[in-house]
Amino acid sequence: MSEEENKPKLKLAVYWGAACGGCCVSVLDVHEKLFDVVANADLVFWPIALDIKYADVEAMPDGYIDLTLFNGAIRNSENKHMAKLLRQKTKVLVAYGSCSYMGGIPGLANLNTKEDIFERIYNETESTINPENIRPQERYEVDEGVLTLPEFYNDVRTLSQTVDVDYYLPGCPPQTERLLEVFTAIVTGLGLPPKGSVIGAAEKSQCDECTRKKTENKLIKKFYRPWEIVDDGETCFLEQGVICMGPATRCGCGNRCIMGNAPCRGCYGPAPDVIDPGAKMMSAVATMIDANDANEIEKIMEDIIDPAGYFYRYSLPASILRRKMR
Amino acid sequence: MNFEPTIISFLCNWCSYTGADLAGTARMKYAPNIRIIRLMCSGRVDPTFVLESFKKGADGVLICGCHPGDCHYHEGNYKCLRRYHFLKKYITQLGIEPERLHLEWISASEGKQFAELINSFTETIRELGPSKIKNVIETYT
Repeated sequence: MSEEENKPKLKLAVYWGAACGGCCVSVLDVHEKLFDVVANADLVFWPIALDIKYADVEAMPDGYIDLTLFNGAIRNSENKHMAKLLRQKTKVLVAYGSCSYMGGIPGLANLNTKEDIFERIYNETESTINPENIRPQERYEVDEGVLTLPEFYNDVRTLSQTVDVDYYLPGCPPQTERLLEVFTAIVTGLGLPPKGSVIGAAEKSQCDECTRKKTENKLIKKFYRPWEIVDDGETCFLEQGVICMGPATRCGCGNRCIMGNAPCRGCYGPAPDVIDPGAKMMSAVATMIDANDANEIEKIMEDIIDPAGYFYRYSLPASILRRKMR
Repeated sequence: MNFEPTIISFLCNWCSYTGADLAGTARMKYAPNIRIIRLMCSGRVDPTFVLESFKKGADGVLICGCHPGDCHYHEGNYKCLRRYHFLKKYITQLGIEPERLHLEWISASEGKQFAELINSFTETIRELGPSKIKNVIETYT
């Protein structure tokens, strides 16, 4: 056998915390390139695709896995346990996707408490019939033994708020092309930035890459939600009064949403050195409002019903204030 | 119980800081709870500054700028006004009392108004009680 064939294969794991599954699918989206991946790597743990149990991971020696792509936020005790376990077993741990990186959509639950959420789900929704007020129990004894469920936390956290993270790969989900670039960099050991860097994304804002027509002086008299206006297909969304997170969002996705005639929602996270993307976006949008009178400003802002949800759609747990105070 | 609020204030260089200076040179007395940060313009007040102040334990945040039409840079104070409205909306959503954030126009000649403002804002915050923001954030991180 040649030296090349003798080279030990990389051990690769993919895991999901509080996630929708889209990140795992984005890994599957490498399509036939998966053969290149498996030529260089053994997949040792990947719940969406392989039947490998948690106990098998626990049996692995520490640092056994070379690369883990951890997607999803930390919302319950199972997510936290697996984050700690995989950190222990992994050399390079990547927070893969917006939820793992910044909290993502599940992170918006921080606008409520656990009690609010349970009340809504198990009592209030239009389709709930629960006269006995039954709630999920973490422990329940039956004749056959004890059944357990993970503890549901009051607060959603990011992966790096839970364990030490080596790299961040943003996106909802990350662009598969970016994943392949990162994977190649790890396989070859070339071109990896310092620990703690955001990888698979660029350094500028979405607006730097956007090809829509823009002027320097954006003046907004009225905000529209995307369905309230006919997009002309070529003018900057903000200049049409539609909020686009482009100014406060890192590029690297190839302006995917904007190319599809939808405004940017901010899944790639803030540009480098920005602490709080929502604050930057509020700052940017405020400069564009075409009113100097307090009453008029308030009236224009009435159209933005939910600034927390809009400007922090993917980043609430990673932001400065990070949750509802109560 | 004696609660002494910690108030962070951002004053613009051209009007409000000069107004605060006038209060000082005229030896007007006002509440000592305020910590002044001088900026070139109220338009320099990044919402990040306000949120960080709350995170680090400020019980109140006060922003002062030139009166409308008087901004040294023409429109910095208007930008500040719009950001202030956004911030009010945002902190209210997070369950923070909106009264903890306040914006007021203070000109260079308004030393007296500045001293009165500091006294009244300090009283407002004293009545609201200590901010829980720092504790909540520390509990969860």
